[in-house]
Amino acid sequence: MTGPADKELLLQVKDLRTHFPTRTGVVKAVDGVSFDLHRGETLCVVGESGSGKSVTARSILQIVDRPGRIVGGSMNLTRPDGTVTDIASLDPRGRQIRAIRGREIAMIFQEPMSSLSPIHRVGEQMGEMLRIHFGTPKPERRRRVIELLNHVEIPRAETAIDRYTFEFSGGMRQRVMIAMALACNPNMLIADEPTTALDVTTQAEILALIKKLQAEHGMAVMFITHDMGVVAEIADQVLVMYHGKVKERGPVRQIFHAPQDEYTRMLIGSVLKLEKKAEIRERRAPVAEDAPPLLDVRNLTMTFDGGLKAVDDVGLVIRPGETLGIVGESGSGKTTMGRCLLRVYEPSGGRIDYRRADGSVVDIAAADKKTLKSLRRDIRMIFQDPVNSLNPRKTVAQIIGEPLALSGMGRKERDARVADLMAQVGLEPAWRERYPHAFSGGQRQRIGIARAIAVKPRLIVADEATSALDVSLRSQMLDLLLQLQDELDLAYIFISHDISVIRYICDRVAVMYRGRIVETGPTEEVTRNPRHDYTRALLSAIPHPDPDDRRLQHRFRYAGASES
Amino acid sequence: MTDIQHLPPAAGVPAPTTSPRKGDIAVAGQWTLFWLKFKKHRLALVSLFVVLFLYLVAAFADFIAPLDPNATNATFTYAPPTPIGLFIDGSFAPHVEGLSMTLNQDSMRREFAVDPENPVRIGLFVPSQPYRLLGFIPMQTKLFGALEPGPRSAVYLFGADRLGRDIFSRVVHGAKISLSIGLVGVFLSLVLGVVIGGISGFFGGTVDLVIQRFIEFLRSIPTIPLWMGLAAAIPVGWPPIQTYFVITLIVSLIGWTSLAREVRGKFLSLRNEDFVVAARLDGMSEIGIILKHLVPSFMSHIIATLTLAIPTMILAETALSFLGIGLQPPIISWGVLLQEAQNIRAVSQAPWLLFTPAAAIVIAVLSLNFLGDGLRDAADPYESHS
Repeated sequence: MTGPADKELLLQVKDLRTHFPTRTGVVKAVDGVSFDLHRGETLCVVGESGSGKSVTARSILQIVDRPGRIVGGSMNLTRPDGTVTDIASLDPRGRQIRAIRGREIAMIFQEPMSSLSPIHRVGEQMGEMLRIHFGTPKPERRRRVIELLNHVEIPRAETAIDRYTFEFSGGMRQRVMIAMALACNPNMLIADEPTTALDVTTQAEILALIKKLQAEHGMAVMFITHDMGVVAEIADQVLVMYHGKVKERGPVRQIFHAPQDEYTRMLIGSVLKLEKKAEIRERRAPVAEDAPPLLDVRNLTMTFDGGLKAVDDVGLVIRPGETLGIVGESGSGKTTMGRCLLRVYEPSGGRIDYRRADGSVVDIAAADKKTLKSLRRDIRMIFQDPVNSLNPRKTVAQIIGEPLALSGMGRKERDARVADLMAQVGLEPAWRERYPHAFSGGQRQRIGIARAIAVKPRLIVADEATSALDVSLRSQMLDLLLQLQDELDLAYIFISHDISVIRYICDRVAVMYRGRIVETGPTEEVTRNPRHDYTRALLSAIPHPDPDDRRLQHRFRYAGASES
Repeated sequence: MTDIQHLPPAAGVPAPTTSPRKGDIAVAGQWTLFWLKFKKHRLALVSLFVVLFLYLVAAFADFIAPLDPNATNATFTYAPPTPIGLFIDGSFAPHVEGLSMTLNQDSMRREFAVDPENPVRIGLFVPSQPYRLLGFIPMQTKLFGALEPGPRSAVYLFGADRLGRDIFSRVVHGAKISLSIGLVGVFLSLVLGVVIGGISGFFGGTVDLVIQRFIEFLRSIPTIPLWMGLAAAIPVGWPPIQTYFVITLIVSLIGWTSLAREVRGKFLSLRNEDFVVAARLDGMSEIGIILKHLVPSFMSHIIATLTLAIPTMILAETALSFLGIGLQPPIISWGVLLQEAQNIRAVSQAPWLLFTPAAAIVIAVLSLNFLGDGLRDAADPYESHS
């Protein structure tokens, strides 16, 4: 890696300001942002949701959503012919900016499906762009598109060119988007969270591809992400943003090893905190292995109507007070499995033996309606989406009090209990009459937790309970769950795709792949010495938040995990 | 205000969770947000007042209409509209111009001319024949009318028809039937639509399949011939009020299908929302989920759909009556009034017969549509609050 000094300056942004006028006042989405971008360099813009990082990227191409508007600053772009143009002064619909868009600065987005047309074949879409920008004649177009598809490592490009975008997986679609972005040989690529919607193994592939193409073409890359691991893996320079302002700017090593700004330190701190086991868990004595299991799942199978076997012969054991992690990528069946345990989905086979507090054992899979109702007070669920899982038309007190009211608790007693629960999860009891829309994502998730623990459960199934939260909130939420575990003697089944979250909170972990559990064991052992090849591939694909230890280049690939 | 009470806040966390916004919005319920969003739709807000005004006029038609809508006056057949003047000889005296009639001997037509010598003085709250307001309040006062009532001093703001009946009074009285047929029809649609759509969406499977195919069958029948067939089946001897109810039933026969689909769609999409799953896990019964979670969630959508259905009903009644197979005189509705204007003489010589009821229909239908649009946009106030 060479320093920026010996590289040619490509884009110089100075005091950029983009504002969104709203009914209640002006939202300063980008508020005085300045940075330089050099040829061949990767600049990572990092920040939590609402930090203005995406709006910054969109401002460069003048594609800010209405009613947003660039109100000040300059963006001096060095053109291929050596002249300098201030992009900020161009008309957003004018000819000049359109010549820059796509041709000199290309952009790829988080969700490739919405940027690609579902009714045209891949070849037609890419060819159309070549025709517009270069007037490439038809026979040559096809040859060039195949070349580009090969370039982004899409297998069997000759047949892939005639397929529709919905026939591709998420990773392949992102490759098509990259191929389109590269078609005009841009000087600069803006990537707006291009891997956020992808699984970690796919993310590793895409990051490696961008890196390789950057080296070949000498592009400057502006990479927007919220994931500090990704930053450590790919960045040369880092721009930390918070509430529309630049908090810190500097080389990646300095940001990670010697952060100057308080916010940066907090951000790095929250990430590093999740790199190891929770402190409160280090001290606790291990859960006795010979304790009778709280939940004993055997041969659990769930087949959807279409014949898809989402859960395939799964066996699990959870002991009282234990946290079992279920880790796997999207489509591995982990969510379906979690929902089967509570009979939200009906399992098609197997036993789920639950040991009640009095020692009697009942099979949830075969329980009748009445038994199921009582079991669902012992086993509760925390949902992934803090928006969808709370009825927007009910007040917080109504939401948390609902399971209490249904178990026959009187109004007065219920009010007191709701206040206790709110305090217990870190919410002000005075907010009880507020509606969910008045709360932030983290607070909403706390409401969901309060609802789950309201009826004094013994086991909680937490399905991606922290995935929708920013990293600084994530460890707080996990600490809350651990603290509640100790207070209430809870057992957790913690479903997540994020191995760092699993490592932080779980005593044991089960790795799921295509509906099956491929490996189970104590978290330490599985993360350090994975036995199954899939686990090894999964672990090695996780970006590691240390710029001195870039691992993705040396990752292990699992043959069965290849994209289709 | 720290967000966490039990946990020590992480060092240097610059308020990671924003505190709930101050003010009313935090404790604003569904209907408050609904109203806030609706208010931003100016056209809909204006339409709301127009609609309220129209229904007030319909409710107090007896009080507002200066003349008995069925009173004939042979002197003033096809009398033209007369505007209101405010001053006579510089002094304030509200009046309408008097009319003098001559019989054109060549064409045998009555011709009216303004008679400046005999203005008809009018005033507010004038005494009238006794009547019952809203059917039960005995009254002897009208909103306005001639100060000295008599056969020669009639007030025809929008002209008179072939029997000398006052068009203004007839349109005002027609609003009663025309606007209420929409409400009654929509109410019937609502009951049918919610029940059938709810059954369809809730049970799914074969029940859903049968109901949906039945709805498609109903919707595929051309409406006008269907109405004609059904209207022809009404016995001629039935009293007008009974005919009115049957006509309402007929026009709502089609209306419920779209509502049923709307309800079914909402049921299907909400059934798998996380908060509904959560309620089920809380131990709530299916009927409890429907009443406490599902119905409140789509109530605002239903109100919007209903508002958009009323103008369809009004137009359906108008169409039927215009074709002469709906309501019949002596019932007065806007459709009946249009039907009476259905000849070339009316259009060429007395255009007010056609244009007055037509304008009333256009205003009512347009404002109801705008109102419905506004309500539909505000129906889900949570979209922008995620």
